[in-house]
Amino acid sequence: MLSAARAARQPLLSVSGLRMHFPIFKGLLRRQVGTVKAVDDVGFDIARGEVLGLVGESGCGKSTTGRAILRLYDITSGRIELEGEDIAPLSGAALRAVRPRMQMIFQDPQASLNPRMTVGSIIAEPLDEHLRPSRAERRARVFELMDAVGLARGFANRYPHEFSGGQRQRIGIARALALNPAFIVCDEPIAALDVSIQAQVVNLLEDLRAAFGLTYLFISHDLSMVRHLADRVAVMYLGKIVEIAPREALYRFPLHPYTEALISAVPEAGGRRRARIVLRGDVPSPLRPPSGCAFRTRCPKVFDRCHVETPPLTDLGRGRRAACHLVGRPPA
Amino acid sequence: MLAYAVRRLLFAIPTLLVISFIIFLILDLAPSDPTANLPLTIPQDVRQQIRLSLGLGEPMHVRYLKWLYQFAVNEPMHALEQLTGHHFSATPRVRVLSWQTRSPVVDLILQRLPQTLWVVGLSYVVGILIAIPIGIVSAVRQYSWFDQIGTFVSMVGYSVPTFFTGLLMIMLFSVHLGWLPSIYDTNLRVTDVASFWAQVKQMIMPVMVLALFNAAQISRYMRASMLENLTQDYVRTARAKGMREWVVVMVHVLRNSLIPVVTVIALGVPQIFGGAIITEQIFRVNGLGQLLITGIQGADIPLVQTLTFLFAALIVLFNLIADLLYGMLDPRIRYD
Repeated sequence: MLSAARAARQPLLSVSGLRMHFPIFKGLLRRQVGTVKAVDDVGFDIARGEVLGLVGESGCGKSTTGRAILRLYDITSGRIELEGEDIAPLSGAALRAVRPRMQMIFQDPQASLNPRMTVGSIIAEPLDEHLRPSRAERRARVFELMDAVGLARGFANRYPHEFSGGQRQRIGIARALALNPAFIVCDEPIAALDVSIQAQVVNLLEDLRAAFGLTYLFISHDLSMVRHLADRVAVMYLGKIVEIAPREALYRFPLHPYTEALISAVPEAGGRRRARIVLRGDVPSPLRPPSGCAFRTRCPKVFDRCHVETPPLTDLGRGRRAACHLVGRPPA
Repeated sequence: MLAYAVRRLLFAIPTLLVISFIIFLILDLAPSDPTANLPLTIPQDVRQQIRLSLGLGEPMHVRYLKWLYQFAVNEPMHALEQLTGHHFSATPRVRVLSWQTRSPVVDLILQRLPQTLWVVGLSYVVGILIAIPIGIVSAVRQYSWFDQIGTFVSMVGYSVPTFFTGLLMIMLFSVHLGWLPSIYDTNLRVTDVASFWAQVKQMIMPVMVLALFNAAQISRYMRASMLENLTQDYVRTARAKGMREWVVVMVHVLRNSLIPVVTVIALGVPQIFGGAIITEQIFRVNGLGQLLITGIQGADIPLVQTLTFLFAALIVLFNLIADLLYGMLDPRIRYD
């Protein structure tokens, strides 16, 4: 009873101090000339049944964060606690044993499906690996999953290239669901789809979340989709989280200048218009991040302190945290 | 697929006709004389008579059409008559005859074929068996010591000609160590363990020389194809599914990587029939390559024409086979 209560309070996933650095080798002897800090000291919790949106522009490390959490990379450092178990140091068979509990829906539904396997075998492969079902059980489970994602059972013997983008993404979702995972990383699952199909897939993800009690980390650069789906939103810039807040609070009152600029760019229905904040310049190279605050090169509110001091991610109460010198903890 | 194959075969007929005519033209333009190897004491007018008796007095198109009729009609009919024992006509059929030996060219080819298939064919199989594991390991452990050494060995194997490696091996294993014979004995009949062992011993060197050459090429293709597939998204999917690394590499990556490699292998098969001309010369294997060389040296036009044309036909055929294999292995490709 006590442990059940503790399990309910405990977050499903707790990430702290996650770093993913890629060494860069160059030259004749392939000497290391630097590191790309794709993910640098990222931490957040996701409660059971919650959807955390992770937004940011291209190359800010969103996808790398998602893959690092699922241990598709060997991370540089950090803790990744899935249901209380730290999976960061695992490897080999121990890591494979955790895989059924966490899965990923990939961005490109064309490339992420093996072109030489039929839909049925793509969905069944993780079952065979982890559960070793009988033929009848496997068949039943494959059909069950295809029903759940809205694919006709007759498609089981077809190959991925015979499907449309939306259908392929349904295959990818069915595959991710095959082992009843608790946690799913959705890595821009709608970015490669037509606008008309995007809504269908997002609705499917919502339905599945309700039906199977899933927890998502929803990575996207589409702020309206994230607003539609996520409970809380984290904003990333150059490998760091700059702001994390409950959805409505973030969209109504963004605290970090970067979040503000992002949200000002979202078109709104009903004629209400925010003043657009146009960011100038490009994202700095993660190989040589700027001193102090990473955003200072493009920040409209930059001042001298930003050049020297990196603002920490400060807890601002009511589940809001932001990393900016301009938003301090309100005096108590 | 069947309709596609039949259509391609029908299209191959005009292609092959053009090829045969071009081969004929090239041979006809070449300044070769079938009487050149005869003793100098034979006077010019006798030589002229010999040439006329070989049919060289007739105009070019007549000679070409005669060869074409003999090769495309008489030879298949003869083969059919031999097989069934039924004779379609009482008059004996004129077959393509070799000027040097006066024996039908097709019979010569059939005599030489087994040696070539055994030595060159086996070297191809050995080469593939060596190349594929090397390609896989080099790709999976890219830039490792194994990969670096593999790259070096295949560069050496590919760039050092077989007449050099062949002579090197003869120097080492026949001259210095005396382990292996340097000349291939065609008359050897495998009847017991001892003669089987002798056969193995005389095949080792030519097979290994050619296998090294083939393996160098195929292992490069295999490595490149594996590397290309290893970075594909579906490989990450397979890892995310929690598949063992062995399954990821050997099932997901290898199966997709083999598609282009199988095509390369299929396209290389006609080379087997072509025989390795140089290697057969070095080890005195009297296969097809050696037959072609002696034919060229003796200006044996019908022999060279027929052999070259058969190689061309095999190349056309194996191009088709490679395309069909591609269609069978890659579900994305359909021939309708």
